[in-house]
Amino acid sequence: MNTLRSLEWLRPVLFLLALLVAWQLAVFLHPHQLMPGPWKTAHGIADLFPHGLIARYVVASVFRVTWGFFLAVLVAIPLGLVIGWCQRFELAVNPILQILRPISPLAWIPIAILWFGVGDMAAIFLIFIGCFLPLLLAVIDAVRAVPAVYINAGRNFGLKPVALMRRVLYPAIVPRLMTGLRITLGIAWLVVVAAEMIAVNSGLGFLIVDARNAGNRYDLVVAGMVIIGVVGLLLDYGVRSLERTSSLRWGFEEKR
Amino acid sequence: MTPASRIHPVERWLWPILATAVFLLLWHYAVLWSGTRIFPSPREVELGLSQLTHRGVLYRDIVDSLRRVAIGYLAAVGAGIPLGLLLGWYPAAEQTVNPAIQLLRPISPIAWIPVAILFFGVGDDAAIFLVFLGAFFPIVITCVDAVSNVPLIYRRAGSNFGLTAPQVLARVVFPAALPQILVGLRIALGIGWLVVVAGEMIAVNSGLGYLIIDSRNSGKRYDLVVGAMLLIGIIGLALDAVFRRLESIKPVRWGFRHES
Amino acid sequence: MIRASADSFTGDAMPRASAAGKLRVENLGVAFQREGATLPVLDDVNLSVRDGEFVCLLGPSGCGKSTLLNAMAGFLQPTSGQVLVDGEVVRGPDPRRIFVFQERGVFPWLTVAGNIGFGLGKLSREERAKRVQHYVQMVGLQGFEKSYPHELSGGMKQRVEVARALAVNPDVLFLDEPFGALDSITRMVMRSELLRIWEAERKTILFVTHDIDEAVQLADRVVVISARPGRIQQIVDVDLQHPRDISSPRYLKLRDGILSQIGLAHRI
Repeated sequence: MNTLRSLEWLRPVLFLLALLVAWQLAVFLHPHQLMPGPWKTAHGIADLFPHGLIARYVVASVFRVTWGFFLAVLVAIPLGLVIGWCQRFELAVNPILQILRPISPLAWIPIAILWFGVGDMAAIFLIFIGCFLPLLLAVIDAVRAVPAVYINAGRNFGLKPVALMRRVLYPAIVPRLMTGLRITLGIAWLVVVAAEMIAVNSGLGFLIVDARNAGNRYDLVVAGMVIIGVVGLLLDYGVRSLERTSSLRWGFEEKR
Repeated sequence: MTPASRIHPVERWLWPILATAVFLLLWHYAVLWSGTRIFPSPREVELGLSQLTHRGVLYRDIVDSLRRVAIGYLAAVGAGIPLGLLLGWYPAAEQTVNPAIQLLRPISPIAWIPVAILFFGVGDDAAIFLVFLGAFFPIVITCVDAVSNVPLIYRRAGSNFGLTAPQVLARVVFPAALPQILVGLRIALGIGWLVVVAGEMIAVNSGLGYLIIDSRNSGKRYDLVVGAMLLIGIIGLALDAVFRRLESIKPVRWGFRHES
Repeated sequence: MIRASADSFTGDAMPRASAAGKLRVENLGVAFQREGATLPVLDDVNLSVRDGEFVCLLGPSGCGKSTLLNAMAGFLQPTSGQVLVDGEVVRGPDPRRIFVFQERGVFPWLTVAGNIGFGLGKLSREERAKRVQHYVQMVGLQGFEKSYPHELSGGMKQRVEVARALAVNPDVLFLDEPFGALDSITRMVMRSELLRIWEAERKTILFVTHDIDEAVQLADRVVVISARPGRIQQIVDVDLQHPRDISSPRYLKLRDGILSQIGLAHRI
């Protein structure tokens, strides 16, 4: 049993190794390509560390994500509660929201630069735009899915709308909200990388573009991609553990 | 659900039109009051768009964007659904592959742009590759999820009636998972539409995304920037609506009763 | 339609209540709009409930008894007629009249104590804790104060809801098939618990059920409702003392009377 379990743990590692070997082989077979193999990529990552550059870029990216994400959360949750609660309000703003939603946050780049100039603010604005709409729609959906029993019970105990939102609606949507937050944070991470490729001069996205433009250092490009993946994974893991504790406490994960 | 949940049929038209009108008026006057020369008013956006339509540029850009999304998305569907079903069906395979997927997934499709250009050069293929990447992982992940959410009793009932494993997969598991898979496909299409616009801003020389970046860089034509954004929104909404239609077809509809 | 008058009531279990007509339903009608068509659910319902009385609304599913209860509680505006409590027209839900849903109404994000104290926001902390403790004991949930609803059984969740309702000291309790989702043994236990609490607190209780035995075991009066549109078919006085002997001839006679009223022979 014990050996079996350790084997199970080994399988994904072996698969990853196989992928790396395949990658290395593909690079060996096409020596004239600029694409680096895993070995060169590892060297690229190692190259980035001593300068402290990588730490600075990671911090810059995470800083922008944090600000844009929290601003979006701060605005979207109360607004979503109100819109979800008031059916007429929802009817009114729905068409505008639906048209804004499919617009890639990157399409806002010219406007972001026009309003905020090239810099942190533009990137934060883009992340805000990228997070705000999905989060708002998630909150509205979650409010509409709150069972009528809870709302009726709250009203029965004489709660006024504001108290009802704070004491019944908000706690009732938390499990769904957590999922929404996790997805939104993922979006924020996608957007920051893209925004940094165009609108600012630091961060992991800038690292990729810069490495490519300044001398075709594709080893650094792929190294940057790996680091983006790892940081994104860590962010996702952080929110997931938050999600797990809250749903454990209530034990009513909404599973379809 | 609200206290006065009785909504008059007229209100379904009245409120959206009213809100849109207020929005446009606010926009118009905000531009007027701030005295900006660069940011366009709604009227200027309309003029800019009709200008482009007359030159036939707009039509070509829209078709280019749609073609890239269609090819990249269909490739992602064709590869993603079988892979997702298989991984959902064999948990051992899923365990093996999952960490690799989880590592690749958080890499923004945009971050692949240098690699895409390296592989395919500047052009259609690079943008299609980006759309494929953006749509592929969400499709695989929802398929795995959907299959593992199919209640065990369905599978047991299937094999009880003497179906072989592939038959159970095709005749029981797939239809049972279909509603959730369709939701995933719709979301993936939305992502594809987001990615193609972003990709066109960097990696190609046509399409709605290129229209945005080009209008800005060549002469600060912000009326065209905003016009292209609105078009992107409307087309994205239309794509979404078509997909929702699909979800309401009878054999699929059983899973959507909780909506609406 | 036969209306029972107050003086025909002979049971000793009858609460020696104040003036007749704690709650009055006058010519109540409710109709729903479904896809353009008007669907009458309740038609010309008249009912008077005394203070402290236990009334069961009995009928087949879909007969509109829940709709009637919702209209009485103020969750639903009647299409015609009105509901009066203490002579005052009901216009919306009110903490003086608490509606107990099946155990679905327990808030999953609050502990047992949090749920029971939900309606006590105006009290001081100590006062609230005391009140919560009192009702935790009354429904027999000592030791579970810090548990979350998902850790409780269906019967325990139902107790939480009843305690939460009682804690705000309402005049009237509305119970909508409160024991419908419980197994039959737990249901029996919960019935005697409810009776014990009712005898201690003397609330006016309106209890919706589709179970004839449940109605005859609990109620002072059973209001039999016919279906489509819902009308009061008959009101039966249950002149039996608590605790009721459910094999006594009188009990069986009352039950069989209602059975035949609904049009069912008691043979399967």
